[in-house]
Amino acid sequence: MERPLTQHIHPDGTTRTLREYVKEGGYRCLERLAAGLAPKDVQRLVTEAGLRGRGGGGFRTGTKWSFVPMGPDAPKPKYIVANGDEMEPGTFKDRVLMEGDPHGLVEGMILAGYAIDAEIGYIFLRGEYHLSAQRLNQAIAEAYAEGYLGKPLPGTGFRFDLHLHASAGRYICGEETALINALEGKRAVPRAKPPFPQTVGLWGQPTIVQNVETLYNLPHIINHGADWYHRLSRTQDGGTKIYGISGRVTNPGWWELPLGITARELLERHARGMADGVRFRGLLPGGISTAFMTEEHLDLPMDFSSIPPEIGRLGTGTMIILDDQTCPVGFVLNLEKFFARESCGWCTPCREGLPWVAKLLTSFEAGRATSDDLSLLEMHAKWLAPGHTFCGLAPGAMAPLQSALKYFHDDFERHITSGGCPWSRKSAQRRILV
Amino acid sequence: MATIIVDNKSYTVDERQNLLAACLGHGLNVPYFCWHPAMGSVGACRQCAVKQFKDDRDQSGRLVMSCMTPATNGTRISIDDPEAKAFRASVIEWLMVNHPHDCPVCDEGGECHLQDMTVMTGHVYRRYRFPKRTHRNQSLGPFIRHEMNRCIQCYRCIRFYRDYAGGRDLNVFGSHDALYFGREQDGTLENEFSGNLVEVCPTGVFTDKTFFHHYTRKWDLQSAQSICPHCSLGCNTTVSERYGIVRRIANRFNSQVNGYFLCDRGRFGYEYVNSDKRIKRALVRPERDRAKPAKPEGVPQVLEMAGDRLRHARGIIGIGSPRASLEANVALRSLVGPQRFFQGVDEQEHQLISTILSILRTGPVPSASIRDAEQSDAVFVLGADLLNDASRLALALLQSIRQQPMERVDELKIPRWDEAAVRNAVQDRRGPLFIAGYQHTWFHEYATDTYFAAPDDIARLGFAVAGTIGQGAPSVPDLTGEVRELAQRIGDALTHAERPLIIAGTGSGSQATIEAAANVAWALHHQGKQPRLSFVLPECNSAGLALLGGGSLNGAFESIRRGQADTVIVLENDLYRRADQAKVDAFLDTAQTVIVIDSLEHPTAAHADVLLPAATYSESDGTLVNQEGRAQRFYQVFVPDGDVTESWRWLRDLARAKSQEVDGLTGVATWGNLDDAVSATAAAAPELARIGEVAPSARFRVVGQKVPRQSDRCSGRTSLISHLTVHEPPPPVDPDSPLGFTMEGYRGPLPSPLISQFWAPGWNSIQAVNKYQDEVGGPLRDEMPGVRLIEPVGTKAPHWFTAMPRAFQPSSREWLLLPLPAVFGGEELSNQSPAIAERISPPFLSLHPSDGARLNLEDHITIDLALQGTTYRLAVHLESSTPVGTAGISLVPELSGMRAPAWVDLFEAIQTERTRRVA
Repeated sequence: MERPLTQHIHPDGTTRTLREYVKEGGYRCLERLAAGLAPKDVQRLVTEAGLRGRGGGGFRTGTKWSFVPMGPDAPKPKYIVANGDEMEPGTFKDRVLMEGDPHGLVEGMILAGYAIDAEIGYIFLRGEYHLSAQRLNQAIAEAYAEGYLGKPLPGTGFRFDLHLHASAGRYICGEETALINALEGKRAVPRAKPPFPQTVGLWGQPTIVQNVETLYNLPHIINHGADWYHRLSRTQDGGTKIYGISGRVTNPGWWELPLGITARELLERHARGMADGVRFRGLLPGGISTAFMTEEHLDLPMDFSSIPPEIGRLGTGTMIILDDQTCPVGFVLNLEKFFARESCGWCTPCREGLPWVAKLLTSFEAGRATSDDLSLLEMHAKWLAPGHTFCGLAPGAMAPLQSALKYFHDDFERHITSGGCPWSRKSAQRRILV
Repeated sequence: MATIIVDNKSYTVDERQNLLAACLGHGLNVPYFCWHPAMGSVGACRQCAVKQFKDDRDQSGRLVMSCMTPATNGTRISIDDPEAKAFRASVIEWLMVNHPHDCPVCDEGGECHLQDMTVMTGHVYRRYRFPKRTHRNQSLGPFIRHEMNRCIQCYRCIRFYRDYAGGRDLNVFGSHDALYFGREQDGTLENEFSGNLVEVCPTGVFTDKTFFHHYTRKWDLQSAQSICPHCSLGCNTTVSERYGIVRRIANRFNSQVNGYFLCDRGRFGYEYVNSDKRIKRALVRPERDRAKPAKPEGVPQVLEMAGDRLRHARGIIGIGSPRASLEANVALRSLVGPQRFFQGVDEQEHQLISTILSILRTGPVPSASIRDAEQSDAVFVLGADLLNDASRLALALLQSIRQQPMERVDELKIPRWDEAAVRNAVQDRRGPLFIAGYQHTWFHEYATDTYFAAPDDIARLGFAVAGTIGQGAPSVPDLTGEVRELAQRIGDALTHAERPLIIAGTGSGSQATIEAAANVAWALHHQGKQPRLSFVLPECNSAGLALLGGGSLNGAFESIRRGQADTVIVLENDLYRRADQAKVDAFLDTAQTVIVIDSLEHPTAAHADVLLPAATYSESDGTLVNQEGRAQRFYQVFVPDGDVTESWRWLRDLARAKSQEVDGLTGVATWGNLDDAVSATAAAAPELARIGEVAPSARFRVVGQKVPRQSDRCSGRTSLISHLTVHEPPPPVDPDSPLGFTMEGYRGPLPSPLISQFWAPGWNSIQAVNKYQDEVGGPLRDEMPGVRLIEPVGTKAPHWFTAMPRAFQPSSREWLLLPLPAVFGGEELSNQSPAIAERISPPFLSLHPSDGARLNLEDHITIDLALQGTTYRLAVHLESSTPVGTAGISLVPELSGMRAPAWVDLFEAIQTERTRRVA
């Protein structure tokens, strides 16, 4: 089983040096560029490889690039931005890559910049990723010293500059247009689309915002070709994926595996099943803005095409497991508190709706909820839908709520009828206080 | 044009609009908050959701925000769709989560857009049962009250304040449901257009503090259409009154002039009407001894006495006023005769305005409306300090610099209403705006290039720009390389534009800058461009008075000095603001009889033998001509108490008292109502002939009815004087206009000069303007935006101006004293309003730091300046933008008698603390 992204990452947590990186084939694809691989060839290769965005959306990278104006009349400068604002709870895949193999991102950025003829790149990094920042900064400095950055690449005339920007820290910065606003020094509020960043992005110029893991795939596609990349995967989309599992399992962690592996395989083979004494109830497949999946969905391939939209979506592929010892209402409350706090405050339904949802769920947990509250939760799940809100944050926030209301409806009811949280040891006492 | 289908009915709309604007334009009610016709769409509030269907087979459809969806041909939407309605009600429900239910005590109540939209969506029942978030409010200065708890986070305030009006000190802080719209800390809002927040805010977060000080319920106000008297731009306002107190000013939309916005001087300057310094009684000085005070007397006695003096006078002269209506000036001119009518402005101002009129009359380039200024794609300002002297025009220029970058927006196929996208695409790109002046303001930060120099040098730059454009315009031979390059850049930018605008003004007192501006505009005209000229004038009717004609104040002084007359009638004019104190003293002392008609006490009024209390703008009707040459009518709002009446009526009564005959009256003595005054005005000068077309006459009726000044919901009329009598007195009669001082009368479509309040069922806020427009943001239905009295006749430029001044040379002992206009403090009437007075800066003298060093003055020290017979105490400001060899003097009330420009020996005139001590 090939693990192109992570096979060389040191298990002890130290970083790969530039020497190791180059020795093990790093920056080799720049020679292919020098040998005459034109930007449109890079674009074609990536399109043929079927690379899909690893940030959660699964948008086809080649298609995304195709919207960027190319040619001599295209606006200049153009920008490529790495979205390293990995703030999705339960998700830590980009961190693994950036800490373990910072040069992979530098090389991926050069390639992406080359493909769309963008001469300036930014890595927008989650503010708390201090170690990543330190290692990336060093890698960038080394790449400058080696002439990969800041000088015309031999045989191409293409010169690329790369800057690291550490975020001031908001979840919404993971949304690409909010990220662009933040990078411009403005409030991290999403922008309306159209126009898309591909035409009007950073400082009004054509811009591609790409997830970190996606960028790591590029050198391998260029080096080994589209066919090889397709063979890595078990499904129609190419490549491997970094999957992760957190929650009460025997062996939580991350694994680079062929795209399209089933959740059951992940859970039982790689995470070695549930921890002693707890039973599986459900999982959030990739970050907290994806819908719950339950026992019946465990055999679905975990990729961007196989999960029916009415069930959910893959998201980032780093799962959070819900077990039977944990209150699903409390679990969702925790998520909704996060979403309410991370709403940027731009549009009404998200800004006012999410705190209301969090307060309703709090009253479920406190035993003060009524059946009217259940319909209020359903009202929000219905209205905070894509297109109704300005961006995807609130619809994402509703995915776990709506699916929880579907799969764990009885548990919500039990909170009302029993006057508190059945999982809480304090609930009896709290009832008296109320 | 495109056809869209709304609830199965077809509508023809402009496809460049969004669906919200298209629906509103057809009178369809779609609720909204964050969208604004002048500020476009950002999609924040989600209130304007409608259901869009792919085609006629699509039954399910999807919710879209109408403000963010283009009105493309064939678009099929439903406003009434149950899901869309339910969603819109939910948006209100969310907005109400934290909104305090303080409507009964809220200043916005009764004309709150949030109230209207809440009713429109049908949200009635509160389901949120948790605590509301609360905020601390800020003290934002004398104009604006702040009540953040009411905020519904539509972002309109900062979009107006920062993006539209260039303000910096209001912002949004925090995030999620804890957003705070305010300043970084308590303090006065700095921007000159902050008052618009009152109307931009859809609810009661930002309210009018001056109104709060004498609050009355909105629906109890008596309102009439007015024209702002506080500068020469002629913005349209609505003035509202109750119980004889003017309560507030609101913007009155005029597509060609002020659009949706006013400046703060215009909005908050009204309180002079309520001032303690108002002259309320007719006064006479029975003895000829000026030392004795004038005493109040009954009006018939005063008139009889005045008539007696006028009959026995050895010649009567009249001094008109650029801040009085045309009708009042014509009345005075009729009473004294055209030969003895003087304009009441000093020689220099008279000369400058004559030059401007002649440029506009004989040249091929028309004057620019504010609307034209907004649309212009390159601007060159010569010497005028727009922010302080014609603020609303500066606001227009902040929009004009967006014109050229819009080309990129169009290329990217971004609709122009898509405001956020437009700003993202445009970023910091700005169209050309060149400002040459001698006082730095924040407005300069928006300029492509600035040039700080003495007026002569500014004029030379202007002539040089005209020279580089060529077409026969003379060039300036001896320029420095730097200025030549700047002139080239400006010339290039102007010639690359299609609708360039050249602005100059009378403020600097420089004839040459005005002539240079004309040369630039004419050269551009010859190049096939469509340039416009804009000249900032000193006062609200400067242009009208100049059109009427008459000599300057010097002529008046001369005729008294030479004994050609011994009696003078001063109309709404404080001569001490216009000439040296000694001169005016001599003039008034020499005159046997001084009759003053004015509304506020001032030094000239103190000299009056007969003082007649004049009605202010809110208490009279009349016509004003703005700097563009646009004649506009203002209307009486209420019947003042005391002896106060219209100036033209006083003059008519004086004429009658003078003639003493009942039959055979002529001229102003025959005037009965304003229609007579307007007819006489139309006949007074050829260019005034169309004055009658400005607004409907007093005979105008709709279905036999007059137009009410009071709202439909005016309450408590029968109980107003119930402590005195239970019988309701008849309302006052208005013989001068089609308006009535009542709540009864015609309500419905009206010619725009007669619309005092924008109101429509369900639309109680000023947002109701939408209901008066065929296309939202466009002109009012059947708009009569005033009559432009001066249009270019020829297409050929008259002779080029060739009198180029020599380069400014600083003198060794003397400094050129230059007037610095001040938005707050620089205008006579608004100065008397307490809120404005609070914003007036202390007087200062501005010098270049090198001159400061020469004079041994430190920054911000206090000095005494002995000048023109008076000693002024003021602060020294050392500013590098002040041209070397000049000294700027702020035109605040303390310095209103100062004459500038003038050469002054500052070594002699300045006394510092140090020299005072030594002395």
